Amino acid sequence: MNITKALVRRELRSYFATPVAYVFIVIFLVLTGTFTFNLGGFYERGQADLAPFFNFHPWLYLFLVPAIAMRLWAEERKTGTVELLLTLPITPWQAVIGKYIAAWIFTGIALLLTFPIWITVNYLGEPDNGAILAGYLGSFLMAGGFLAIGSCMSAITRNQVIAFVITVVVCFGFLLAGFPLVLDVFSGWAPQALVDGIASLSFLTHFASISKGVIDFRDLVYFALLIAAFLYASMIVLQWKQAD
Amino acid sequence: MLKIEGLTKRYGQHTVVDDLSFSCEAGEVLGFLGPNGAGKSTTMKMLTGFVTPDGGSAAICGHDIASEALAARRRIGYLPEGAPCYPEMTPQTFLEFIADIRGLEGDRRKRRLHEVVGQLHLASVLNQTIDTLSKGFKRRVGLAQAILHDPDVLILDEPTDGLDPNQKHEVRELIHSMSADKLIVISTHILEEVEAVCSRAIIIAHGRILADDTPQSLANRSRYHNAVTIRLDEGQDFDEVRSAVGQLDAILTVESDRANGVMTAIPKSDRKEGTTWAAVSDLVNRHSWQVSSVRLESGRLDEVFREITGGAEA
Repeated sequence: MNITKALVRRELRSYFATPVAYVFIVIFLVLTGTFTFNLGGFYERGQADLAPFFNFHPWLYLFLVPAIAMRLWAEERKTGTVELLLTLPITPWQAVIGKYIAAWIFTGIALLLTFPIWITVNYLGEPDNGAILAGYLGSFLMAGGFLAIGSCMSAITRNQVIAFVITVVVCFGFLLAGFPLVLDVFSGWAPQALVDGIASLSFLTHFASISKGVIDFRDLVYFALLIAAFLYASMIVLQWKQAD
Repeated sequence: MLKIEGLTKRYGQHTVVDDLSFSCEAGEVLGFLGPNGAGKSTTMKMLTGFVTPDGGSAAICGHDIASEALAARRRIGYLPEGAPCYPEMTPQTFLEFIADIRGLEGDRRKRRLHEVVGQLHLASVLNQTIDTLSKGFKRRVGLAQAILHDPDVLILDEPTDGLDPNQKHEVRELIHSMSADKLIVISTHILEEVEAVCSRAIIIAHGRILADDTPQSLANRSRYHNAVTIRLDEGQDFDEVRSAVGQLDAILTVESDRANGVMTAIPKSDRKEGTTWAAVSDLVNRHSWQVSSVRLESGRLDEVFREITGGAEA
């Protein structure tokens, strides 16, 4: 446990030792603000809730989270520090988890810094703060899902650009898994059960229900399983690369 | 302490490490020599668990590197090739991170951090980011990281690469001072380093062991072993000396560098220690040749190295 803690601390420090953290946070805050007030019509709707805020999160994450995740392993490979890290007395699982948790905490910090919008909506009206809390939880879980996918893709390559692009594409697939764009690819030939299965993997569907304030146990399990599966895959990829 | 049996690694059709077996004990400084691409680094990567072997086994202090990987790695300090460190960290935070991972606590942690910073002269750069350090400092941060937990086995991949002569000397002194109770394996292609610090040298090429001996007896294999080099003063007739030396019974051949007035008399291989020296110096005295120096050669490791690995292109 101490080892994982040491890894998380090192990673988090690294984010803030470079401009990466500050650039990411500033861009994230500016974009959430712009989307909420301009595209989302926060004022014009005349409703005291954060729906216009949360609705854009999946699309923001689609580009911003892979930018965080791409460096997880690709950068270690590039600089050679992966050799240092994986020859220390730590298990591959600890390494994967440690790096992942640090990245997740980091996106959590960025998310928490959007609190002025919560203050704003409470100042303007009387929103359902339970629903807002659920929205934040859903958003955080979705960021975690994107990050887990990104961790796995980053382990595949030493090139951060490739890691970024593949992560965006895979995440896009997961976002739209419940929509015709993705489903049409399968519906012609695959059995209905598979198509339904793919449809049920959609980030958007699961996120939508949580962000409306409905915390369904199945949605939580979905994100937990997705994260666990991709982190496990990250570990497999790392070990496979080691044998190579 | 370190036992390797039949260690093998293939990349596609290419066998990089081929059925490698040897063992060594504490107190040894093992020099791993070979042309580039000989399999030195790959062997080290397998010993430290970064690369998974395709065959064979290795054990560090009795812990198998595959089945007891963590126990084995706790006993190892490793400096990977190129001494990679996290560029955005400072030596201070980097070494603290390694101390955390290595489970160093309390007084021991404080003491070890203090010691390695002193041993590697890092005090002046402790709070500078590693990014901004010179190559020599980066290498020393890597070394500090490797010895921080005072490991039983030290595996150093080209530890003095990129250091200036003074720093090289210091690192060799450091290796020497730690060697009493540790096993130290270093890979290098700097032959003077092998002579300076190693108690044993293994020459490999194409993943196979070609020679395994002390640096001294390896050098003795050289045809220059017991050869005598004469440097003539200006004005001394070169050909006279050359033909007289060449006619000596103990001498096989004379290599000459006329422009510099230098010749080396190479002994026949069956001659006893010292006979060439006696014969040549006697001859020089008898003829009263004008020579500036007469020197006994101890054997040239680089020449032996070239001969042994001769067939192996880099």
